[in-house]
Amino acid sequence: MDLERRRLFGGSLSLGALTMLTGCDISDHDSVQRALAFMSRFNDRVQAAIFRPNRLAPTFSEADAVKNFRYNAWYGPDKSPKLDADQYRLRLAGLIADKRPWTVERLYALPQVTQITRHVCVEGWSMIGKWSGTPLREFLGRVGADTTAKYVGFECADGYYDGIDMATALHPQTLMAFKLSDDILPTRYGYPFKIRIPTKLGFKNPKFVTTIYVTNQQPKGFWTDRGYNWFSGI
Amino acid sequence: MSTPELEVQTHPIATRITHWLMALSILILIGSGWRIYNASPIFNFTFPEEITLGGDVEAALALHNDPGVASAIAWHFAAMWLLLVSYLGFMLWNLFSGHFRRDFLPVGPVSFWRDFYAAARFKLDHRLGEYNAVQRVAYWGVLFAVAMMLLSGITIWKPVQTYPLETLFGGFQGARIVHFLFMSAIVLFIVIHVALVILVPKTFVAMTRGRATAKPHKGGA
Repeated sequence: MDLERRRLFGGSLSLGALTMLTGCDISDHDSVQRALAFMSRFNDRVQAAIFRPNRLAPTFSEADAVKNFRYNAWYGPDKSPKLDADQYRLRLAGLIADKRPWTVERLYALPQVTQITRHVCVEGWSMIGKWSGTPLREFLGRVGADTTAKYVGFECADGYYDGIDMATALHPQTLMAFKLSDDILPTRYGYPFKIRIPTKLGFKNPKFVTTIYVTNQQPKGFWTDRGYNWFSGI
Repeated sequence: MSTPELEVQTHPIATRITHWLMALSILILIGSGWRIYNASPIFNFTFPEEITLGGDVEAALALHNDPGVASAIAWHFAAMWLLLVSYLGFMLWNLFSGHFRRDFLPVGPVSFWRDFYAAARFKLDHRLGEYNAVQRVAYWGVLFAVAMMLLSGITIWKPVQTYPLETLFGGFQGARIVHFLFMSAIVLFIVIHVALVILVPKTFVAMTRGRATAKPHKGGA
């Protein structure tokens, strides 16, 4: 290496410093968070635009379905709320004509379908499971929900809350899932039912649902309030 | 004393802007991508947290049980648009301006191995503003890698809406692996690219100010 090059080598260290950009993390600055939130809302609109209401998520064979499905929550499985079938009532609210609460017995008597679909977690892992239950659109029809409204929201016994766009709520594969692997949904997976949406990331599949409401105001989401994207379609 | 003809390297403004926007977006995507990878590693290792992008992990954990993945994903899905736009801009501009045809073609295995062999023995002459066959292959390679990142990336982002695109990669998990492998290739490219720029800093001048000149010299210096 000649002398001139050696001098220039030193002068170019600033370029090397540029590659350390990820080392000086600016993520927590308010202005950065605002910019990222702006882009996240932009991505909500993009995802709503590319969502095709009748496009089905791929389905798999019985052999692909995992029997021992991964437990996933921000608390351990022993902390799961144990809901009692006799006391449980599903509350309905918002733009719904018939708001009479539902018992587990009545819910489980609804016509059911079975799907073997893939659950995709926002963290990247995925797992195929077998779920059975009533299409949410069937239920919304029965209770006289205003399906021209924009959103359907959920409140859950474990303090979780979330909501989805009406197009996804009316998607044929969006279920009120009463069973996992042919068994009544075990407590830790969300007894008496969870919302199963194969066109959304896993965290948009709330468990232990105690209230369903229909609204024109975008419902808040537990993880959305913690910085995750609201629409989170897949 | 007569002045010999200077070697000149010029980059039009469109090339420079799209180059630096791609560079910025790729750095953000790699840093945030490593943080996202750590949340659910494909292989038996994770990236040191300090070189990932996504804010203070301890604070995010304490505040809302989130290992800083929310910000990493927000970065990733913001920077992907910047990369998409700057990449398309770069490709279209260089396609229609003739830069690709003029400076990056032809390229073939014979010239590649000839130049590669010469470079390995430090016998490869370099001239500012001219690209040898190894460089040509490297640039085509990284442009291909970015295209594959975009394709595998959209597959991972929207596996249902783009189905059956994932079958191209051997399924959803295959798309994650492909995404990881082409990331690795891009990181390797960046390391070599930056090392060579440090050795020939005038290329950096050309890519920032638009023009750089050098006295002609003999190879193997």
